[in-house]
Amino acid sequence: MTAVTAASVPRLPRGVRLERDSARGIWLLLAPERIFELDQMAVAVIDEVDGISSIAAITRRLAQKYAASQARVEAEIIAMIERLVAQRVVDLQESA
Amino acid sequence: MSMQPELAQREPASRGPAYRPWGLLAELTHRCPLACPYCSNPLALVSKNEELDTETWLRVLTEAAALGVRQVHLSGGEPTTRSDIVEITAACRRLGLYSNLITSGVGAARAKLPALAEAGLDHVQLSLQGVNQTQADAVGGLAGSHQAKLAFAADVTACGLPLTLNAVIHRGNIHDTDAMIDFALRLGARRLEVAHTQFYGWALANRAALMPAREDVVTTIRRVQKAQVELKGRLAIDLVVPDYFARYPKACCGGWGRRLISVTPAGKVLPCHAAETIPGLTFFSCWERSLAEIWASPAFEAFRGTDWMQEPCRSCDRKEWDFGGCRCQAFALTGDAAATDPACSFSPEHARISALATQESTSAPPPYIPRRAAKDVVSA
Repeated sequence: MTAVTAASVPRLPRGVRLERDSARGIWLLLAPERIFELDQMAVAVIDEVDGISSIAAITRRLAQKYAASQARVEAEIIAMIERLVAQRVVDLQESA
Repeated sequence: MSMQPELAQREPASRGPAYRPWGLLAELTHRCPLACPYCSNPLALVSKNEELDTETWLRVLTEAAALGVRQVHLSGGEPTTRSDIVEITAACRRLGLYSNLITSGVGAARAKLPALAEAGLDHVQLSLQGVNQTQADAVGGLAGSHQAKLAFAADVTACGLPLTLNAVIHRGNIHDTDAMIDFALRLGARRLEVAHTQFYGWALANRAALMPAREDVVTTIRRVQKAQVELKGRLAIDLVVPDYFARYPKACCGGWGRRLISVTPAGKVLPCHAAETIPGLTFFSCWERSLAEIWASPAFEAFRGTDWMQEPCRSCDRKEWDFGGCRCQAFALTGDAAATDPACSFSPEHARISALATQESTSAPPPYIPRRAAKDVVSA
């Protein structure tokens, strides 16, 4: 599996989408044969996944927004994206 | 910051006893160009003139969304046989429902694919009958079906839709799992389901012809597990183990009446598509009641939760994980739908069905009983 690094640019492929579940009051990532329940911070990450921003860029924005340490935020985003890439729910493209 | 674990097989306890379904299995039709011997449809198939009309399916989808359903599995039979498949798919998108087309890729599937993609189809799950033309056409019972399927798969990936291949494993193809994996990679599939035959409907009637040998099952599982690691990030592989050889039963449907609601082509609303095989339960039709009423009806309550369980399930610490296995299989193999699924090693019947599987898999295979339309059903 391609390593997920700060330079990786994640992208949601067709067939994966974020939806608000109003009946249950939660956010879901709907994917082929899978439903992921997202907490508030995971929603914030997925919201930033646009196929253009690198994980480093997403980290900067979220660390600032939530006044959290960059290192911690980056490690957690990488872990989360790694898990989704392994299941082919998120695609990666290396930024130039 | 953390991503919650993927929704487990069960609803978190904190949400209370009011279960809500996540998935709707919409069995749009039993009509199908193929005649696979492991078809999970019931022996008595619904004919075209008994099928629900478009208006009723649209109402069912609307009610399903309100009840909490997020994913709709458009299945059959071959769902693209329905003349309103595009309209039904568009309705899913409009209602915020994730649509999954479960198709053979033959018949009308390829011609309708562009319109389905345009209507907002989210995902295609394509069945695989074999890795070469001779094998695939023999299992599906239709000459040319394999070529049609390949062309369909290429169109799916070309239009950017995610593709999952579903390969049903049985004694006739259990040595081909490596070739299936290569095949999935060549076709550009994101996911592959290596699904050992589950014995319901036509598959139960053909069990002796389909049952693989235990040593082949063990070898296959090992090879697939190795490929899961090697192909991480390229191909996601789901493995469904053959439960006659398992130690613990499958958490069938994520528990009766907990996660899934199934509607037959004629409009019967069921906790799982095989539930009508259990006698003594009254299943209502979506003609006469709303999905919400039926979700709360006695047949859905019958095996919901854990109060209905007997020993050894009742005191088992796995009861909230696998719910005692499958109710339909418990009934089919023991005559008691509330018994522990004999696939479980704690079941007093486990040794008997394990021996049965060994005996069937080591005897010469009988010919397949091909799946037939309603008129000429075999008595099995």
